Amino acid sequence: MSNILEVKNLTMYYETIDGNVDAVKNISFNVKAGESFGIVGESGCGKTSVAMSLLQLQAENGKISNGSILFDGIELVGKSENDLRKIRWDGISIVFQGAMNAWNPVVKVGEQIREAMREHSPESTKLQNTEKINELFSMVGLDSSVADRFPHELSGGMKQRAIIALALSCDPKLVIADEPTTALDVVIQDQILSEIKKVQDLLGLSLIYISHDIAVIAEMTDKIAVMYAGSIVEMGPTSEVFKSPQHSYTQALLDSTPSIKGEKKKLRSLEGEPPSLIDKIDGCTFAPRCPDRETKCNPSQHMQLIEVSPEHFVDICSIGKESK
Amino acid sequence: MNNNLIEVRDLVKHFEVSGGLFSRTKKVIKAVDGIDFDIKTGETLGLVGQSGCGKTTTARALCLLDPKTSGTVNFFNPDRQKMESIDNIDEDGKRTFRRNMQMIFQDPYESLNPRWTIKDIIKEPLDIHNIGALNDREEAVIEILRTVGLTPPENYLARYPHEISGGQRQRVSIARTLIMKPKFVICDEPTSMLDVSIRISIMDLMLNLAKDLDVSYLYITHDLAVARYMCNRIAVMFNGKIVEIAETEELLKNPIHPYTKRLISSIPIPDPSYIREKYQINYDELEEIILKNPDKKMIDVGNEHFVASHDTKDYLFES
Amino acid sequence: MENINEKEIAKSLRREAIKKNWRLFKQSRLGMVGLYIVFFFFLLTILQPILFITGMWDESTYNPVVGYVDQTQDFLIVECPKEFPTEKYQKRSDCPGRNEVNVKTLFYADGEVGETIQLNLQPAPPSRRHILGTDSLGRDVFSQIMEGSQVAFLLGILSATLGVGISTILGTIAAFFGGKIDAYLMRQSDLVLMLPTLPLLFIISAFAELKIWHLAVVLGLIGGLGGTVITIKSQALQVKVKPFVDSARITGGSQMKILFSHVLPNVAPIALLFMVFSVTGAIASESVLSFLGLLNIEMSWGLMIYLAQVEGYIFSGLKFWWLILPAGLSVTFLTGGFYLVGRGLDEVFNPRLRKR
Repeated sequence: MSNILEVKNLTMYYETIDGNVDAVKNISFNVKAGESFGIVGESGCGKTSVAMSLLQLQAENGKISNGSILFDGIELVGKSENDLRKIRWDGISIVFQGAMNAWNPVVKVGEQIREAMREHSPESTKLQNTEKINELFSMVGLDSSVADRFPHELSGGMKQRAIIALALSCDPKLVIADEPTTALDVVIQDQILSEIKKVQDLLGLSLIYISHDIAVIAEMTDKIAVMYAGSIVEMGPTSEVFKSPQHSYTQALLDSTPSIKGEKKKLRSLEGEPPSLIDKIDGCTFAPRCPDRETKCNPSQHMQLIEVSPEHFVDICSIGKESK
Repeated sequence: MNNNLIEVRDLVKHFEVSGGLFSRTKKVIKAVDGIDFDIKTGETLGLVGQSGCGKTTTARALCLLDPKTSGTVNFFNPDRQKMESIDNIDEDGKRTFRRNMQMIFQDPYESLNPRWTIKDIIKEPLDIHNIGALNDREEAVIEILRTVGLTPPENYLARYPHEISGGQRQRVSIARTLIMKPKFVICDEPTSMLDVSIRISIMDLMLNLAKDLDVSYLYITHDLAVARYMCNRIAVMFNGKIVEIAETEELLKNPIHPYTKRLISSIPIPDPSYIREKYQINYDELEEIILKNPDKKMIDVGNEHFVASHDTKDYLFES
Repeated sequence: MENINEKEIAKSLRREAIKKNWRLFKQSRLGMVGLYIVFFFFLLTILQPILFITGMWDESTYNPVVGYVDQTQDFLIVECPKEFPTEKYQKRSDCPGRNEVNVKTLFYADGEVGETIQLNLQPAPPSRRHILGTDSLGRDVFSQIMEGSQVAFLLGILSATLGVGISTILGTIAAFFGGKIDAYLMRQSDLVLMLPTLPLLFIISAFAELKIWHLAVVLGLIGGLGGTVITIKSQALQVKVKPFVDSARITGGSQMKILFSHVLPNVAPIALLFMVFSVTGAIASESVLSFLGLLNIEMSWGLMIYLAQVEGYIFSGLKFWWLILPAGLSVTFLTGGFYLVGRGLDEVFNPRLRKR
């Protein structure tokens, strides 16, 4: 299977009044066609910045200083706004955090989806578009009458499903979902997650799923990258990373997630807080909080991913550490 | 002996919303529709439910922030060693109630006054209730800062909330809440806005303090996994009513109400190899139990496990 | 020992915060421009007393109010023709000539063409002694500008403080107590909003002699009881529902204590913002009133223009520009300056407006 997305050495920073803030430091990862790739991390780890930069949608003061983003063989970094607009929604679409509120309140839902379709495939007729919308809606479990409603008439769950339909409306090859179910009830979240999975299988979509929720990532993804303070500390097939996490941060994350199943185990927490990205940290960004700092750590060592087993990468500091 | 700290009977909170510009009728929203529960001294009761189920409204009614529509709330007055109702107590009793009841809020950024120093924020309850000599109050603040893990305490006294992190702010909230050693603290999702890696440390802090100070918690959350970690007993709330209440492990192992079962089965499990079974909504078990106990509102199925008998079929599973 | 550490840390944190706020303010170009303007006028304000005290300026000559100059000269009254050139005058600007005066511009004296008349040399254009010239009474215009600056600052800050003080307290009370108090205060606000300020001031000036202090109080009251109450009330409402207020209520704090120690301090930033904006209104009102001659005031920018108009110099075009332009521009720039400072402050308080 070929890679639909290849990100190499992506580096991005924000210009702020307090100086330049490095948000994404030298990130590299690949997403295969039809694969579901998860990015997990806490606040400030850079996962949303990565998502935004894939579509060059980062904030005005965000600048990509290095790296390449190859989508289906096309280099996205440095492309003009016009060219990017063609690729957005058509090739890559995105479901933002809080996307429920992305609807224009004075335009009917169906019309807003039609707008996107008109932009990207101007040749299709109104009838074709309507049929497509009905198809998408049934895929995400919405009644076709929803198209004639205004956003405020729909519940949170319905709005979110409609957003997913919108994201799929132009047949993208890759969908980026940034915490798409954070504001929703757990029952509705469950429904939507299974819709996403169903749609993905049906259309052969590639999915980048971004979340801080370990449990959701476990269920939704084939491969994950664990990010901390702008760098990837571990990356590999989901089941393997969960079964034998190599990096101390990954271990800590997994050990701090309560679950309703299984033995009630003792959970542990990390001391300190995720760093503010304004403080420039040379070398390992996790060192100040790393519980294994005393034993095997060289804090000034440059962060670098090394493959420890097929497809399973971890930062160089964890080489030689036993997995728990 | 009954060591109940709080007894709630038939608590009701209705909101009136006008039906429209020219409508004369007022629509009534039954945010809390008649709930009963008890909390013993030293125990943590979890109130679990999805947004809009009425759990926050319950909390606010309990601590007298918003007046309840009807129902009784009895609390155990430690000074007089007896249960008293909140409605008809004298000023003294009310003051005792306020001294022994506190609340920790969800948002660490909005629960501290941005213009006050940490010292003043934590000291305020002592000032309001005039506890201890003035010099001793600062000592008490330093002591509690140490207890919640903000050391060295002197570094924090003169700071403002925006100068410390979210997790530290939540610790300050806890310090402020516990400086008067209340008997009862309502916790409204205190960790949901914190980073995952520090949630456990805050929860462990709260568990330790509960043990050391013999405090009871009403722990409100939408996350059953968190409730499992924190609570002795869990009450599941839906649409203003408690549908099931039982000890934590009993509830998770043996849920009876379809809503509880649906809830439990929807929660994602942090284990890629675990295959979740989809729960098909099935009222058979519940109806059988209701048949055997026709008149009861909350049916005792043994083992301190209660299930609600009222009908939830019509509005249970919209999407 | 512990106390010293605490204070040290607090001080350093405070210094950092002030530095950061200053940096934010500096970022706003509008705010900085405004600040420069206001600072410039502030310098003017303190310059005058300095000049007098240090003796660089002679009081008798430079006092803006009583520094009369009595200098007369003989002029020949002529009548300027309608068309040029004529045999006496080549172009229009030749008439009236150096020792001549056009009969049409005689306001206070009567005379026939051909007569000689004694007239003041004032108003005199800018010279080395009087860098902005003198007015019709021989008073130094630059000194008048500086005096006017003092008046403007005084009036502006006084009325703004009074107005914002009143509206902050009223708005917070309305938000906090609700019910009948709120209803009354909102109706009062509506009423005051409806009142047109200037006509009201005209009416008041008809009944009572308005001095600058009186004007400050009146403007302060009108501002304080008017629309600002509504805006501050909405801000106070937002603060009222914050969890830390709930926390204080749960603990059992009294209403008044919560109002003053929790809600009010959080409403203060926006009140400060309004204060800066209301200074502009105050200065502008004063100049309008003075321009219409309704104020009992010794010297102000508005008064300068009033005098220029009443004595007819406005209609001579730009010939007597120093009587009009400095005062007019001062009003414009100072009010604009305060407004821009307000815009800059807005960016500091409102993070969403910031560019970064």
